[in-house]
Amino acid sequence: MSTTTSNPKDRTLLAVIGDEDSVTGLLLAGIGHIDQNQKKNFLIVDPKTQTSVIESAFQDFTERKDVAILLINQHVAERIRPTVDRYQAAFPALLEIPSKEHPYDPAKDSVLKRVQKLRGD
Amino acid sequence: MSGTGPREAVFPTRMNLTLTKTRLKGAQTGHSLLAKKRDALTTRFRTILKKVDEAKRLMGRVLQLASFSLAEVTYTAGDIGYQVQESVRKASYTVQAKQENVSGVVLPAFDGVRSKDASDFNLTGLSRGGQQIQKCRDTYVKAVGTLVELASLQTAFTILDEVIRATNRRVNAIEHVVIPKLDNTIKYINSELDEMDREEFFRLKKVQGKKKRDAEKNDETRQGQNEDFRAQGGEVHRDEGIGGGVAGGADMLDEGKDEDVIF
Repeated sequence: MSTTTSNPKDRTLLAVIGDEDSVTGLLLAGIGHIDQNQKKNFLIVDPKTQTSVIESAFQDFTERKDVAILLINQHVAERIRPTVDRYQAAFPALLEIPSKEHPYDPAKDSVLKRVQKLRGD
Repeated sequence: MSGTGPREAVFPTRMNLTLTKTRLKGAQTGHSLLAKKRDALTTRFRTILKKVDEAKRLMGRVLQLASFSLAEVTYTAGDIGYQVQESVRKASYTVQAKQENVSGVVLPAFDGVRSKDASDFNLTGLSRGGQQIQKCRDTYVKAVGTLVELASLQTAFTILDEVIRATNRRVNAIEHVVIPKLDNTIKYINSELDEMDREEFFRLKKVQGKKKRDAEKNDETRQGQNEDFRAQGGEVHRDEGIGGGVAGGADMLDEGKDEDVIF
């Protein structure tokens, strides 16, 4: 089980992949962190960002041991949808958040899709 | 019947019967316990499911509000994105995991923690729009609080989902594989033991019948021989025990002689 792979107590950070506005707002709240290796816990995506860059950042954040929650803009998640849907582990928790230009669509959320399916509607 | 369905490869002995019966009882106990666990988890799961659904919708609204306040900031203070990104050093908003136990399953729950020295962006908006930035920060902190809450719900959801699946698999395996198998084994052993009983009974009956037939045949031949002997004018001495025979003085060795003892 994925819960046993690492101690959830060590996970204290939030990571974010999103457009500039979302990231700026979340950084204002104080979630930004740069560690000794100058590694950031956020990635700013604009329409010009390569999908492979997003993919590798996603992999990186989900494999890091100090990330408890990974926030990702829904329209960004949409670009790497297969990877996101394949992600099933409990840690870090993956949250799809809406962005300014893209209102939240519950039908696209990978977790909410499972919720809907389990509730039977 | 014993021939149908899978069963354990055991010898049909009484000991194995007892063992298998004990195992069946164990399997039934395990089944009912697991079913109880599953029910408890499912109850928990349903409440979480509902909460996740609500929280996700709430999150949409909260973040929309936060975006608006950021737009306000951009309007008054200009684009602060770059400034903010550059002044990031160390997270002032972190989460702490605590654990909760639901019928043997550890569910983590996150708590948002804001460190006291949350003064990262003091210089941002120094010239203008400082108030808006402050407001925006508070809004976003609240939004992140909602997100953290949602994340713990979602984590609990994911873990519970996984555990419920595993428990379900086990319950079904016991119900549809283990118990029928043990049942079949018990039936098989019982029928084999019965069969052995019947065989043994039949064998004994056969042996008895054969003995009886042999005894009768011997009797007949002896009688025939005696008849022949008499016909030739001989005298058949017959030992009739004490008080019998010619003089009543019987041979001591012949005392208590049984008819069907042939040697």
